[in-house]
Amino acid sequence: MRKPFQAALALAFLATGALADDWQTTLDAARGQTVYFNAWGGDARTNAFIAWASEQTRARHGVTIRQVKLTDTAEAVTRVLSEKAAGQDRNGSVDLIWINGPNFLSMKNQGLLFGPFVTDLPNARYLDLSPGSANTVDFTTPVAGMESPWRLARFVFTYDSARMDAPPASMAGFVEWAAAHPGRMTHPDPSNFMGATFLKQALLELTPDPALLQQPATDDSFATASAPLWVWYDALRPNLWRGGKVLPENESIQQQLLNDGEIDIAMSFDPASAAAAIAQGLLPDTARVFVPQGGTIGNVSFVAIPFNAAHREGAMVVANFLLDPETQAHMQNIEVLGSYSVLDPARLDRATRKAFERLPSSPALPTRTQLGPTLLEPHASWMTRLTQAWAERYTRE
Amino acid sequence: MIKRTDKALRAGVLLVLSLGVIGPLGAGLAQTAAASFGYMPALGAHEFGLAAYRSLFDLPGVWTSVRLSLITGGTATLLSLMLAVGFCAMAHDRMSDHAAARWLTPFLAAPHAAMAIGLAFVLAPSGWIARLLSPVLGLDRPPDLTLVNDPMGIALILGLMVKEVPFLLLVMLAALTQIPVRAHMAAGRALGYGRGLVWIKIIAPQVWPLIRLPVMVVLAYALSTVEMGLILGPSTPPVFAVFVVRLLNAPDLNMILPGSAGAVVQAILVAGAFAMLWLGERLSRWAGLWWLRAGGRGSSTEPLLRLGSGAVMALFVLGALAMTALAIWSVAWRWPWPAVLPETWSMRAWVGSAAGWRPALANTLILAFVTAALSLMLAIAWLEGEDRGRMARARWAEALIYLPLLVPQIAFLYGLNVLYLRIGISGGMLATIWAQTLFVFPYVMIALSDPWRALDPRLDRVAASLGAKPWRRLFTVKLPLLLTPILAAIAIGVAVSVAQYLPTLFMGAGRVATLTTEAVTLAAGSDRRITGVHAALQAGLPFAVYALAFVLPAVLYRNRAAMKGGIR
Amino acid sequence: MTLQLIRLEIRVTDAAPLFPPICLSVAPGQSATIMGRSGIGKSTLLDAIAGHLASAFCLTGQVRLNGRDILHLPPEARRIGLMFQDSMLFPHLSVGDNLAFGLARTVRGRGARRAAVEAALGQAGLEGMYDRDPASLSGGQKSRAALMRTLLAEPAALLLDEPFSKLDAALRQEMRSFTFRHIKARDIPALMVTHDPQDMEAAEGPGLVLEPATP
Repeated sequence: MRKPFQAALALAFLATGALADDWQTTLDAARGQTVYFNAWGGDARTNAFIAWASEQTRARHGVTIRQVKLTDTAEAVTRVLSEKAAGQDRNGSVDLIWINGPNFLSMKNQGLLFGPFVTDLPNARYLDLSPGSANTVDFTTPVAGMESPWRLARFVFTYDSARMDAPPASMAGFVEWAAAHPGRMTHPDPSNFMGATFLKQALLELTPDPALLQQPATDDSFATASAPLWVWYDALRPNLWRGGKVLPENESIQQQLLNDGEIDIAMSFDPASAAAAIAQGLLPDTARVFVPQGGTIGNVSFVAIPFNAAHREGAMVVANFLLDPETQAHMQNIEVLGSYSVLDPARLDRATRKAFERLPSSPALPTRTQLGPTLLEPHASWMTRLTQAWAERYTRE
Repeated sequence: MIKRTDKALRAGVLLVLSLGVIGPLGAGLAQTAAASFGYMPALGAHEFGLAAYRSLFDLPGVWTSVRLSLITGGTATLLSLMLAVGFCAMAHDRMSDHAAARWLTPFLAAPHAAMAIGLAFVLAPSGWIARLLSPVLGLDRPPDLTLVNDPMGIALILGLMVKEVPFLLLVMLAALTQIPVRAHMAAGRALGYGRGLVWIKIIAPQVWPLIRLPVMVVLAYALSTVEMGLILGPSTPPVFAVFVVRLLNAPDLNMILPGSAGAVVQAILVAGAFAMLWLGERLSRWAGLWWLRAGGRGSSTEPLLRLGSGAVMALFVLGALAMTALAIWSVAWRWPWPAVLPETWSMRAWVGSAAGWRPALANTLILAFVTAALSLMLAIAWLEGEDRGRMARARWAEALIYLPLLVPQIAFLYGLNVLYLRIGISGGMLATIWAQTLFVFPYVMIALSDPWRALDPRLDRVAASLGAKPWRRLFTVKLPLLLTPILAAIAIGVAVSVAQYLPTLFMGAGRVATLTTEAVTLAAGSDRRITGVHAALQAGLPFAVYALAFVLPAVLYRNRAAMKGGIR
Repeated sequence: MTLQLIRLEIRVTDAAPLFPPICLSVAPGQSATIMGRSGIGKSTLLDAIAGHLASAFCLTGQVRLNGRDILHLPPEARRIGLMFQDSMLFPHLSVGDNLAFGLARTVRGRGARRAAVEAALGQAGLEGMYDRDPASLSGGQKSRAALMRTLLAEPAALLLDEPFSKLDAALRQEMRSFTFRHIKARDIPALMVTHDPQDMEAAEGPGLVLEPATP
């Protein structure tokens, strides 16, 4: 029972006048700023949510958010890098980035981030920041206050319950299912985040010693740990859509294939995505979500501030706003975004907790229980190696 | 007798071009090349060497990828050229330039990416054609056939041809106005040669120098297209340009070094393809002369010509289907397999995405008209400078103009951005306008230079003999006479500006959202309804300008019979 | 006003001259004729005199108009009118506006300019055709309108490049007399290049036959 104690300590710390004054200084500096929020733009609902957030921060703090829609987070990372290359150490064009995993690791290693700043945010008091909690490690890389959480992501599968009744119960079960239904499933290209996550999910279930994945991969550990994965994949591949020789570019295209009836299973990093897609007319009303019994990979989406951000204070105000319990409840609303909150329910007052409980539901939205346990992301080096090894094995020479 | 000021105009344009085009391009290339040889201080890389190239060529599938690019790009260009020549031979005397331009316009106005998405929907096993056939074949699920993204790249070749054949037809028809085709055809046929043979032996060799540069532009595009390669091309490995973009976008920033090496290799591939083209030209000139002197008359080309024209018509039908499909998607709500038409209709894609497309439309309009106007002014200054200096067209100078279209974008855009950052203009409208103009200007030149040079020089001389000074001659004689081609050039400029993706993204730091950047990011190729909205807007804007290019001269010159040539 | 060509030679940069040096003097009201086989450079010669020689060509000698060397002047300042076998009426302007384009600046005021153009139209038998589309005129009408336009600019000399070769025989006769009558009436020198010996006869002026230069 260390948590309440730590929370109390943190609260006491936050309550000191010095910090409150600092935050007021930040708020004053932020007023009138326009924050360029570089965020993946492939999801219309997220874009709408960011537009809503901009209205809110403008009304409350005089901070406008302008979303810079990315096709790939790496675009923003490269942009910051080219600014560094040009010697532009101030007035950078990127104020805030939606980031996690390997992109975070890259920026952190290259010294492209500002921080630590998370503990400076007043709303950080609602976060579980105890060592080892999901908010403090990103793909096993210590966050160290260099990025602030804003939404939870869970790897899930989507299927059409009208066409398919018994989804596979485990990753191993996909081999059998695909053999019975050849050409009816696929996965995004592993060069894409979602495709790599599919392989990682299988690796977590199939590898003899999952604990090994929390350490950086070595040649030896990778060979041992991944051996069963390749056996599994070799058995699965011939029965994939187009014999596994053509892969969809990303999960949106995969979802479109599901909608077109070309395949029966799609993937997402958002448990609410099926419900959202139904509401948008992108999937049939009978679309549902399932997860293998052992649980699936989950991670936290963060926002980070580049070292040369032109509107650093504004960016901090936005990061803080994203952690506001009201914002998080709005975000978790299935009619808005349906992303699970990153806040620790234990740190919320009773009224706020009630607000979370009263949120509307949808038949396509899984409950937390149905989602099962959340599995930790392996160390980022595993993803790099998996993608490379996959490419070496299955690329046509 | 030629005053110095007469030459000054073109010298001025040349100066603007070298500072505004060649300089930035060279600097961009240099940056990329430096990174490819291991020099990129921002990444802590300071050591010159070939390590980046070694790691590039160690990547799995890289050679397959290169081969795929060469095969798809080369085949698409060659087939497009052959079909365009065949179609011209068949249809030139039956179709007025005016009618042809009207036919070709929608295909030119449609952006490559939108066309590719539409085509993918038409061709896919779950697509329109399959849906039409499914009741006949009794399919309850789409067949598991690789019709799009096929490993041979056939779908990509097809997609490229749908866009490039109309472009080549347009430049060819423009070039033909400078050659007495009818007279040569009559003379050739009187000597007993078939229609196809007159074309190949007599007319094509005269047209070739006039269309060589546009063909090179097509070849460079086909070899380095990213968006079409992604949507229609093979995967694992993809075509080389996609391969390189993936490296440059990899989460591991150190991959930028092999990525830069890839960008340089991409530029070398294009240069190699140009060398092949040159060699091919030499060989066919040599072989052609031999063939010509042999005097064979063979009339057997007729069935081939018919086949070629049939193929062109099939391409047009495919393209039209693709655009129609997208238009329908934009007003669809649910359109699942195997429905031939949507189950439910809705304007929500238009209304719901309005917040996204309205500001994007405004930016797109500003960029399109500013870049088109700027390019037009430069082009007029260039051509007028040529006239005033009484110089013949200088091929080397033209090659300079087309350089941005001949060098693959990924080879210099990153470096160019670093340059713009250093002068402190990156991330704004100015940088975006500048970057886009690099690509808009050459197309405006392509559109304007032939009609300009085809203008009877005696008209200008008569005006001079009547005492009109150069500027009065320009504004009261030349420009009004060239109104139609000028409007057509603006329309092409607008279409090119609207379609620019990478330059807008890089130089605008993502902040200058246009219809194209919105379409690519928001839809990422998945929501066909939103893509439909954006494609409709993207194609609609240049289309409206094209329409204006037809209507305005017709209204202004309604009482001038000799001015009713339409777009030349 | 006299037009004089003094040892005029044209060559392509380093090549031999196109024809031997030309010396010719044309008195006011006189129409001189230059003949020669096609390709000899007759039109190039006219280009040189009018100031439109392409930059690939080299010109030596003098062209004097009224005793003044005009070779350094830009074409629009030479006051030399041009007539071609095609009328070269500007297709985007009405017949009247074509003439107004030519009308010298010395005629001022809207009414006066309009009247001058109408008068010229009348002289050419084109009464009431101010607003007509040039494309709707007959061949003879076009030629007459073109000559009127040239004359309205008050040229100091006239160059004619095969002016009648596209007209049919009957019309050609009529245009010849129309043209040379106006040249005489204006009392300006004219220089004509042609293939047609009848043109030369009708011009009643000095003649010159161009032969290739012998090296």
